[in-house]
Amino acid sequence: MQRAALLAERVSKRYGAVVALDDVSLNVSPGALLALVGESGSGKSTLLRCFNRLVDPDAGVVHVDGENLAAADAVALRRRVGYVPQDGGLLPHWRVQRNVELVLRLNDDSRAPERARDALALVGLDPGKFADRWPRELSGGQRQRVAIARALAAEPKLMLLDEPFGALDAITRSELQDAYAALRTRLSITTVLVTHDLHEAFLLATHVAVMRRGRIEQIAPPDELLRAPSTDYVRALLERAHVGALERA
Amino acid sequence: MTVFGAAALLVSMLQAPGSPQRPVVVASKPFGESYVLAEMFSQLLEARGIRVDRRPGLGATEVAFKALTTGAIDVYPEYTGTGLLAILGEKPIADKDSVFREVSTQFRRRYGVRWLAPLGFQNTYAIAVRRQLADSLHLETLADLARASAKIRAGLTADFTGRADGLPGLEHAYGLHFADVRVLGPAVKYQALAAGQVDVIDGYSTDGLIARYDLIVLDDDRHFFPPYEAAALVGPRIAEQMPQALVALGELSGMIDQARMRALNKRVEVDGAPVATVARDALRDLGLVDSARLSAATSASPSRVGLLAYLNEQRASLARLTLRHIELVALSLIIAIAIAVPLGLALERAGRGAETFIRSVGVLQTLPGIALLAFMIPLFGIGVLPALIALVLYSLYPIIRNTYTGVRDADPAAVAAAHALGMTDGQVLREVRLPLAAPIIMAGVRTAAVIDVGTATLAAFIGAGGLGEPIVAGLALSDTRMILSGAIPAALLAVAVDAGLAIVERSTRPGYR
Repeated sequence: MQRAALLAERVSKRYGAVVALDDVSLNVSPGALLALVGESGSGKSTLLRCFNRLVDPDAGVVHVDGENLAAADAVALRRRVGYVPQDGGLLPHWRVQRNVELVLRLNDDSRAPERARDALALVGLDPGKFADRWPRELSGGQRQRVAIARALAAEPKLMLLDEPFGALDAITRSELQDAYAALRTRLSITTVLVTHDLHEAFLLATHVAVMRRGRIEQIAPPDELLRAPSTDYVRALLERAHVGALERA
Repeated sequence: MTVFGAAALLVSMLQAPGSPQRPVVVASKPFGESYVLAEMFSQLLEARGIRVDRRPGLGATEVAFKALTTGAIDVYPEYTGTGLLAILGEKPIADKDSVFREVSTQFRRRYGVRWLAPLGFQNTYAIAVRRQLADSLHLETLADLARASAKIRAGLTADFTGRADGLPGLEHAYGLHFADVRVLGPAVKYQALAAGQVDVIDGYSTDGLIARYDLIVLDDDRHFFPPYEAAALVGPRIAEQMPQALVALGELSGMIDQARMRALNKRVEVDGAPVATVARDALRDLGLVDSARLSAATSASPSRVGLLAYLNEQRASLARLTLRHIELVALSLIIAIAIAVPLGLALERAGRGAETFIRSVGVLQTLPGIALLAFMIPLFGIGVLPALIALVLYSLYPIIRNTYTGVRDADPAAVAAAHALGMTDGQVLREVRLPLAAPIIMAGVRTAAVIDVGTATLAAFIGAGGLGEPIVAGLALSDTRMILSGAIPAALLAVAVDAGLAIVERSTRPGYR
């Protein structure tokens, strides 16, 4: 078997009395897209954040590209890992160009301006038109595209997407989902996507992990999940979302 | 302004106070008679070839006396009764010569300060009522007042209501109990009495305003008020090192009787004649100086010209005072920013206890300006330094509070994303949180600046100059024009400073909001 791009072994995390992650293990192959789904508080965002050390687990080990993160420098790690939060997290006092250059400049990349423009083009934004705009002058969808461009600009091997399309309207969401799917295939970036939208997970993911109360109920490719839900919870979740019906239609 | 510029300015404003050629510093307390006497001291010293530095209108007894004992000033007019009761804290003595002997001995022993022989008049408390009320209630003496006191509303200075030789003693000696006692500032008590808002006030027996408002001074038939003989109170430096100044000031001893002093006060307080002119005329009339040798500071015209003409007449001195005002505000603001912004950032880092700390800094804001200045005197003397320190203390709170809040609440999503993409804590602070907080910090600086412009007018009470000088003097001399000549530029300055900083504030938010 190919070496895992991401590996979590028996990872636990608690916040006071609240158990956020309870003995979670998983691995993700290079180029795969793992969708973490589940209700609010199921631990999916906490798990995502373990992969760029925004969260340090209380127990267990996390590897990225074979490196044990417990020993890794958090700041250096984050500069190698793309990250897109739900609201984009663009810096409001910087123009689009400067925002996209963020990681490149942190890495002292002398070609930061050109590479930022390339990244904008990659997400479907004309640099000539958008580079000099302020974030507030963009639509929600454009803002998320810029956030993705910013995460991609330094060409990371791993992208962490924390509900990146959650706040968008249906049409814009669908456009961005398609755009990201195409990019991922083209650049073969390993991706972890947190979403509460099962349709999105089934559309984009190579693997789906259903989380509940800090544990993984089931992790499997979408079709296998549909065919053989391993617990009542997973079955009920799928039925409630009508994912099966949609996929069959 | 550069740091060096600020430092050079500070040094120039503080001027070495201990240098041997320093002129004699003549001060007064903030009321008309004190101004007149101090100006007479000054002109007499100058006529005898001694250089003089004028510091009129110092806060009150507390401020002026502390300044004298610390060597910040060299001489000011004081009253023996005040020395005995307010400074020494002793019991009243009825005989004026005994009072003078007591204060002379005690002051020399305790403070190294000398009372020169009294000037020749007493200025005791004068309990005054409107003539009409005196007639209708048949009031001639304080005993009469006590009899009618249940119907009488008193308007008294804070000083008088607090001290043993004031209201408490008076109530005890005469058994009087007023229907109502309101505390009034010295500047408004005469108007309040004339307007019928109160029935009785505490004045001074030599006040020019007693005549102006046609008031009746009630006779102290039980001799409750101790003698208040006016005299020059002289600090250690003059007493020990400048015998020629001592001799010059001594020339005034016994020269000014009560009628003359009241007439001088009337010219200043009622006729609106400039203090310098009144003092010069008095010295000439006393035959102490040859009028040809005096350089009159202002025109002798006693008539009250209109406000605009007055402002125009005073433009040179107003420009100087405005400049000093701006210096005080700018320097204190720069120092406050240098302290408060890093402190606000550190508090945001510390998190715990930050609120408590900031709240306790906020308590400073509740201290009355004049009280804070009074606290400064034992530590820093009088003049620019204590004024600057007080202004800095007043400026801290809005800047710390806004820095702390602005940085803490800086767009959380942007801050989180900056961390997640690999900025260090320092980079997040410098490149994200501070720029995002800048408009809020600047708003705090603006608040502090406007507070400063207002508070800096109080600096005049401790001899730091600025636009408070004509305000304090105008209040003391009941000269509205003079008050406005300080208050209007101060108000305009506040508006200008706020508008100027608004432009700076806008520049801290380039287009993104």
